[in-house]
Amino acid sequence: MAHGETVPMSETPAHPPGRLSGLLRAQMRNIAPFLTLIFLTAFFALSSPSFATIDNVGNILTQVSVTGIIAVGLTFVILCAEIDLSIASIANVTGIAVAYFTMQDSYVNIANIPLPGFVAIGLALLLCALLGLVNAFGLTVIGIPSFIMTLAMMQIAAGVSALLVRGQIAYKVPDVIATVGSASVAGIPWIVIVAALMLLAGHLVLTYTRFGRYVYMVGGNREAAEYSGLNVKLILGSVMVISAVCSGIAGMLGVAHFGSAQQNEFDTYLLDSIAAVVVGGTSLFGGRGGIGNTIVGLFVLGVLNNGLDHVNIDSFLKILIRGLILLAALVINVYAQRLRAKAVD
Amino acid sequence: MQDSRAPLLELREITKAFGGVAALRGVDFSLSAGEIHGLVGENGAGKSTLMKIIAGVHTDFAGRFLLDGHEVHFRSARDARAAGIAMVHQELSVAPDLTVAENVFLGTQPTNRFGLVQWKRMAREAAEQLKRLGIDADPMARLGDLPIGLQQLIEIARVLFSGARIIILDEPTSALSPPEVERLFATLRRLRGQGTGIIFISHFIEDILLVSDHVTVFRNGRNVMETEARATSKAALIEAMIGKGIDKGAGKGRDALEETYSHDITLPAPPLGQPVVVEVQDVSLAPNLKHVSFAVRAGEVLGVYGFMGSGQFELARILFGKLAPDHGALLMAGDRTRFRNTAAARRAGIAFVPESRRDMLFHQEPVYKNISISSLGRIASVLLKPNRERVIARRQVEALQIRPGDVEIDLGLLSGGNQQKVALAKWLSHPPQLLVLCEPTRGMDVGAKSDVIGIVRQLRDQGIAIIVLSTEPETVLSLADRIIVLKRGEMVREFANETISKDRLLEAA
Repeated sequence: MAHGETVPMSETPAHPPGRLSGLLRAQMRNIAPFLTLIFLTAFFALSSPSFATIDNVGNILTQVSVTGIIAVGLTFVILCAEIDLSIASIANVTGIAVAYFTMQDSYVNIANIPLPGFVAIGLALLLCALLGLVNAFGLTVIGIPSFIMTLAMMQIAAGVSALLVRGQIAYKVPDVIATVGSASVAGIPWIVIVAALMLLAGHLVLTYTRFGRYVYMVGGNREAAEYSGLNVKLILGSVMVISAVCSGIAGMLGVAHFGSAQQNEFDTYLLDSIAAVVVGGTSLFGGRGGIGNTIVGLFVLGVLNNGLDHVNIDSFLKILIRGLILLAALVINVYAQRLRAKAVD
Repeated sequence: MQDSRAPLLELREITKAFGGVAALRGVDFSLSAGEIHGLVGENGAGKSTLMKIIAGVHTDFAGRFLLDGHEVHFRSARDARAAGIAMVHQELSVAPDLTVAENVFLGTQPTNRFGLVQWKRMAREAAEQLKRLGIDADPMARLGDLPIGLQQLIEIARVLFSGARIIILDEPTSALSPPEVERLFATLRRLRGQGTGIIFISHFIEDILLVSDHVTVFRNGRNVMETEARATSKAALIEAMIGKGIDKGAGKGRDALEETYSHDITLPAPPLGQPVVVEVQDVSLAPNLKHVSFAVRAGEVLGVYGFMGSGQFELARILFGKLAPDHGALLMAGDRTRFRNTAAARRAGIAFVPESRRDMLFHQEPVYKNISISSLGRIASVLLKPNRERVIARRQVEALQIRPGDVEIDLGLLSGGNQQKVALAKWLSHPPQLLVLCEPTRGMDVGAKSDVIGIVRQLRDQGIAIIVLSTEPETVLSLADRIIVLKRGEMVREFANETISKDRLLEAA
């Protein structure tokens, strides 16, 4: 209150909650998604003999790799209490761009500009970084809410994709990309290794660097961050660029993984990536969660998508079941947050 | 009208406590129809508590509450509204995204027989009502696009024209310009002529004396004086407010609320030998600040005092790069400076503690991260050094006697006073050149207050320039070496190298 009839604050601290129950409550955000994952895994393992096999674990890992690479950057954005809806479009346009700068077979009817592989990759990366910068500029300098700004960018990136391929499909990408996207080393697909390395890098940045700390602080209380003398706009701008570049990398590898570059190829990855981050327990209100949560979220999603294919149910019903299970996971997430808030109050 | 013997509103022996601390101690108060009753008193004297009882916000109190001579028990603010009592709260409570007309008719939009809002009628009637207050605003404009003074007037208009018989105005004039205040007073007088009872709370004693019929003075939860407005003076009211000479000594020392600064304080001579750290030249920011100039030297505490809405917190934000002035300049060590953001101000050696606790700390993070956040760039370059952070935090926790002393627990588990100390601590591991403190002791008990006073003095003696901005006279009197007074955004008085007391400070404001 601005000048109420103030009651002097008691100088004794609030009673800390019981040690174990307090710890459990505080960790609920992390525990709940993990329990969901264990439950789903156990359920599918018991209902289908083909689910819990080494081969299938490999399948799941490969299936979540592209989503995982996008989710690294998105985790940064959501930790700052912002959102990026342009991730799938930026992935798509970057994948198309790298193909556009690669020599295609003669039957592919695209007016492309063949360049050496590393130049093509460099240009594609430059493109996604540039689109991320535009997002950053709109959000921090002009002051457009990220939801709207990235919604516009989603269309812009889709538009650039359309102009580049004009309804055609390109197949060739630089050799490095083709190898990392579709080949394996010692039985492990390169794309899984790249996803794991990027998740690890994201985790290290968020946990052990000054920038990572700032991301959490800006997400936890933006006003306080500003009044602590942090350059909030610079941090918000940076996470938008990080998100776009992660999406771009996912896009290039995804094109190689799918074997083609075409319009609307990544559309399902928008909701999957957001779901992975949020189901994992990272708060949409910012400041809580991290890459660890995103990994759990990715596996929940991967196990769910993969497992439903192993059980014998109506394939049209699967879509609905998937939605209901995601809803359940989100409800648990929200309750976990409330418990956490109570533990702190 | 009603029985002339029974006042419109009568309160007898009202007592109210918050968690064991008495806010009202047996207050009698009455209001007649066709009366404007002014209420003055310091922060915490009990005015707002009493008004919230009348408006049905606080329902749990002891004493009798009579309306037209009949005892009533409101269970909610809704009951009070139904009984014809309306209140304009101190904090602006408008819907900025709705139109002017919708705000005037908030909750009472005229509807047709299908339950649909009659937009044209609403716009027309809103425009008529606003014109009576001298407001020429487009009724279909979005309220949030209007200047803050106009928004406040529109909120007042909503209450004035709600048809209420009892109207309570809590600090309505703080954000208004002089002509707006005059038009408000004309409307109040017209309503008085129609038999409405009006209670008018203000820190501006001139305003109270100008518009009120009766004035009641509150101090420490009691009404200590009731008089006709024309039979008193500003000096007499201030004396009654701060209790000079009257019941001095009664219960003194037992109760934090009764702490007084009635004695004279001698301000020291400015440290002229020290370099000027910051100079503010002719700074204006519409509509909050007008042509403010001052300089602060190393080893000096400048107090900036003013009522709520006097522009002091805007001034603080200009110093910390959060707001950019429309006009004027900021000089750091003699060089003209313009901060692009708060990070630039921090790098220039400025530290800032805002007036609201919610805005300055990270409640879900451990204490040590809250303390290290502003100096993280000096503790670590790319990789964090959490153990160094902890060592630094422990040193600060010890120096400032923050309790509990555990730097690992979440900040939200600390009490308010200790949180406030953390907000100070985060700037002290690498001492700044200039420390800007807004309301540094608000809501603290006596012990924590004297801790903060000790810390500020120590920092001053280390050669840091300090600016303390507050709406509480005690805060600036106990901390400052030199005091400037802001009134509606203008510097009206400077006290330096002289003897000052609370009544002289209040008189200047």
